[in-house]
Amino acid sequence: MNSLWLSFELAGCVAAILLVIGMPVAYWLAYSSWRGKFLLESIVALPLVLPPTVLGFYALVAMGPRGPLGKLWATFFGHGLAFTFSGLVLASVVYSFPFAVQPLMVSFEAVDRKLLDASAVLGAGRWRTFRRIILPLSLPGVVTALVLSFAHTLGEFGVVLMVGGNLAGVTRTVSIDIYDRVQSLEYGEANHLALILLAIAFAVLCLVYAVNRRVWTPWTAK
Amino acid sequence: MDREVNSSALVASIRKERRGASSSSFVLDVSLEAASGITILFGASGAGKSTLLDCLGGLVHPDAGKIVVGENVLFDSAANIQLLPQKRCIAYVFQSLALFPHLTVEENIEYGLAAIPEQDRRARVAEILEAFRVDKLRNQKPGEISGGERQRTALARSLVTAPRVLLLDEPLTGLDAELKAAIVEDLRAWNAARRIPILYVTHSREEVDALGERVIVIDNGRVVSHGVPMDVLDAPRRKRLAQTAGFENLLIATVLDLREPDGVMRIRLGESTCEIEVPLAHARVGDRVEVAIRAGDILLATERPRGLSARNILEGRIVSLERRGAMMKAQVDCGVMFIVHITPGAVRALELSAAKQVWLVLKTHSCHLVE
Repeated sequence: MNSLWLSFELAGCVAAILLVIGMPVAYWLAYSSWRGKFLLESIVALPLVLPPTVLGFYALVAMGPRGPLGKLWATFFGHGLAFTFSGLVLASVVYSFPFAVQPLMVSFEAVDRKLLDASAVLGAGRWRTFRRIILPLSLPGVVTALVLSFAHTLGEFGVVLMVGGNLAGVTRTVSIDIYDRVQSLEYGEANHLALILLAIAFAVLCLVYAVNRRVWTPWTAK
Repeated sequence: MDREVNSSALVASIRKERRGASSSSFVLDVSLEAASGITILFGASGAGKSTLLDCLGGLVHPDAGKIVVGENVLFDSAANIQLLPQKRCIAYVFQSLALFPHLTVEENIEYGLAAIPEQDRRARVAEILEAFRVDKLRNQKPGEISGGERQRTALARSLVTAPRVLLLDEPLTGLDAELKAAIVEDLRAWNAARRIPILYVTHSREEVDALGERVIVIDNGRVVSHGVPMDVLDAPRRKRLAQTAGFENLLIATVLDLREPDGVMRIRLGESTCEIEVPLAHARVGDRVEVAIRAGDILLATERPRGLSARNILEGRIVSLERRGAMMKAQVDCGVMFIVHITPGAVRALELSAAKQVWLVLKTHSCHLVE
């Protein structure tokens, strides 16, 4: 059960960090008129198609004692990144990035531009327009981003294995735990954890779809 | 145009090129002046009216030009001045109204008053809620109120900021005439004390008649005329104008003969046998001409009229009757199709119905030739 809590902790950290850094990126992607925008879009979407082991491999190299990230981290905190919880968070943020950015971007783009024009004409700057208009109208997108990045991080395997290894209580997340138990033929235990993950995944998707069907949002009429 | 410029008048000259998807690019190139009170911007859709308002409001950058309100320069390409929309003190009501759907009527109206102290803000919101008769709706959301109420809310939201200019982009489309008139009355009452310039964009001839003190006609990105509505719109100089200027009947005809001493000529409408007399124009026998007739200028009779000064009497049948606001619109087939406006009272008194035989009466000078 230890591994389950570790996974929750990891997913919570990652979802929170992604919400904070995902919003400005999604805002920029939604509203910039720069022609090279597709480049950043491709980079953001990269983790969707990249095998987790590839991502994990490069993350490990970068975080290692001779890697740029590892060195930088060591100068600030006195220890390396690889095989630590922080390293795991960092790699997971990259891995789940598209799951946060894309729902945010789509919901920002769906906000009627005329509302933004109206806000500007009424004297509101960008920040106020974002806070009072874009964000409230994108609430389903924000919930989707949070929930998907949480769930996606919860279930990751390849990246964690590459970057974190399998240190009990530090980097042994639930999916690795399940794998371990299967390897050692503890099918009952594995089934326990697997069922919990299955239930969570289903609940999470129900939440996402319900929110996006706007089951309880009052502003459906234009 | 009178040279006496009000101290707070809007004076603008704007050039803006827009490259569309097709090879043809659209150029807006206009100069205009709007003193306090309502000035109507009139023209067909696609004439550049909305682009012009976007430039004035600061949502679109003109390529060149200058926009001044009173002493304030809002935009000057030569001096490299360009105020953000937030700094222009211009209120802009879009055609879609763009009310914030997640905020209540009151929150919508408060939105533009963020910089104002709480107490002052309350007073201003209360005043405008009453002036535009939406105080009972303050806690409702835009999705829960009627079209007219939404339009009132949008006006109130813009005007509560005490703007120096008001831009209205067809804000009252889709409302019936009565409701429209009531809202316009409230707008006039509000502006009586403030005397700001109001630019009112429309493509509806009825609105021009109802509102107009001054009208500026825009076609294909240029100002083609300006002045009092009667002078500007009564003799259609262009076909496009005629189509938008409330001439519901636009018919192609062939010139049969010219009667120069009487100042008239006879024409045959379309491929039909209908012949009517219209004012003389520069045309020769056999020429194709176009004639524009307002639906409200046609009389309708249930028996062949006699002893009238009107020269044109056409026999036909009613094809359809439908209600349009306070009026009935009849389609009458006289070999060519005519649209005629009549009052519901007349429809009842004459017992009009589809397939009924009728006679249309056209005064010669109600038939305008389109060049």
